Amino acid sequence: MLLLISLLLPLTTASLSLFVTGRLLKSMHLISSFALIIVTVLLLLTTQHEGAQSLVLGNWPWPFGIEFYADGLSALLMVSISLIAFAVIIFQVQLSDSLIESRHFALLQSLIGASMAISMAADLFNLYVWFELMLISVLGLMVGKAEPKNMEATLKYFILSLLGTLLMLAAVGLIYRATGHLNFNAIATLDLSPETAQQLPIYGGLLLLALLLKIGAFPLYAWLPGSYHTLPIHWLAFIGGVLTKIGVYIILRLSGQVFDFSLFYDVLGWLAVITMLSGVIGAAYHWDLRRILAFHIISQVGFLLLGVALASQAAATATFLFMIHNILVKANLFLIVGLIWLSLGHFDLRRLGGLYQAKPLLAIVFLLSAISLVGIPPSSGFWGKFLLLKEAFAQQYFVWAIAAMFTGLLTLYSMSKIWVEAFWKPLPEGTEVRPIPRILMWTVLALSVLILALGLMPEPIIQLLDSQVGGFYGGAQ
Amino acid sequence: MNLILIITISCMVMAGVYLLLSRDVFKIVVGLALLGMGVNLIVFFAGIPGTLIPAVLEPATEVLVNQAANPLPQALVLTAIVIGFALLCFALILAAVLVKQNGHHDVQALQQSEPQTKDGKDNCKPSIMEAE
Repeated sequence: MLLLISLLLPLTTASLSLFVTGRLLKSMHLISSFALIIVTVLLLLTTQHEGAQSLVLGNWPWPFGIEFYADGLSALLMVSISLIAFAVIIFQVQLSDSLIESRHFALLQSLIGASMAISMAADLFNLYVWFELMLISVLGLMVGKAEPKNMEATLKYFILSLLGTLLMLAAVGLIYRATGHLNFNAIATLDLSPETAQQLPIYGGLLLLALLLKIGAFPLYAWLPGSYHTLPIHWLAFIGGVLTKIGVYIILRLSGQVFDFSLFYDVLGWLAVITMLSGVIGAAYHWDLRRILAFHIISQVGFLLLGVALASQAAATATFLFMIHNILVKANLFLIVGLIWLSLGHFDLRRLGGLYQAKPLLAIVFLLSAISLVGIPPSSGFWGKFLLLKEAFAQQYFVWAIAAMFTGLLTLYSMSKIWVEAFWKPLPEGTEVRPIPRILMWTVLALSVLILALGLMPEPIIQLLDSQVGGFYGGAQ
Repeated sequence: MNLILIITISCMVMAGVYLLLSRDVFKIVVGLALLGMGVNLIVFFAGIPGTLIPAVLEPATEVLVNQAANPLPQALVLTAIVIGFALLCFALILAAVLVKQNGHHDVQALQQSEPQTKDGKDNCKPSIMEAE
């Protein structure tokens, strides 16, 4: 029941918002996304008390009906997504301009709904459909006010993402032909004939390729820095914070529970190393805040892929922890950049400055998130990285681990670049500091407190994740 | 039947990829459409083609006739076609607007969302690296 509500709530709000405007629209979205937080938290509690929840639609017996499945991992992911969604909706309510707002509210909500659905999809074709909905919503948001640079960015995003979904569809068709099933669990528990057992890893690899394109792994990430920076900053907070991580979540779930990806783990590890290095080097080069953070998305996807490539239960725990941390921190950083833009009117670091004096609270909040992103102990980013590196050293992949540490160093460089340029440097002449709406400051502050809490008390989350990954990589649940 | 389908799929995918690699924005859109159709055929292929027996139960039976076509991939293909059609419409409008805004079809020349270079100066370089 909770599964269905958490899916239908954003989707119903999305369709309703086409018919209402003004105050009613705004309050409807605020209430709906706050209710979503409550529903997902309830779902998390239910999975802890009663075990994994499953919902098979259409009155068909399992494995023929379309199944939604949520264990603690999906529920935790959904909680963090709904938190970000609420923060982004608050920003949208404050910042939206009246003319086209109902359309954008609807697209945001359908994006939230699609993310919810992907987190709990347990059926390959259903997964494909929700990825398409996600793609369509992002395209709608990306077009924005249809200025030339938006259209250009949309084209770049569209071509590569559509290629990804087409690959995914082909893989789904081939997997269905080989196994006769679409349900994750049915494929995982199937007795394979020798012929099918040979084919299935190849089809799984095609699916993996499609997902790698979706999450922006090397060398398939060209669409990400080419398009993300044209989005309004609070939409970018949701899109950049959540979308790529959901793709990694699906890869992790498929590799742990459904397919045997052991053919690809070495390749994935090297891809992860190149992805994290190229992302962070791109970030070091740029001066636009949005581009810097967009390139950091790529480098963090590399970290997460490293966790997939290590392919053990300990690595899965570390990757999930890092993913949850990254969704919150990344989105919060984008929102903080939004506040910087609100107060100074620029994204270009060379034209910013003096914020440490003008807005001390903003400076503290940024510092908290930046330290988390770099992974300085005892911040939330530290624990995920620490567990991941520990596992990499334990499995004797020294080169991968050292590359990851080097990436951390370069991340520190670009975060301190932002700190020095935007906060410490004196305010450039002729720039006026505008006030920030108080509610937005509170939103960012609340997220930062949450990130701080995750860093200081990671133990409950780690225990939760540890208890959930028991069935991964052939382990008994 | 299988052979014909395989040849058709590979031709469509080849043509689609070829067009996708072009620099003309409309050719890219047509390439995506062709590729999409090829992929749809792959999914269709999953349903044991080559039989003329429809997947309908005879009266008073509970099991399909042996070698009947599997209806599920057909339903899947139908969904995929609908989604693909919507995206194709979007892509055509996007391409038309791009051509109208820029006055040409060349994708390579679309540089407005990149850091602008004014008077030969790279916008990305820090000010220290620029000559006084």
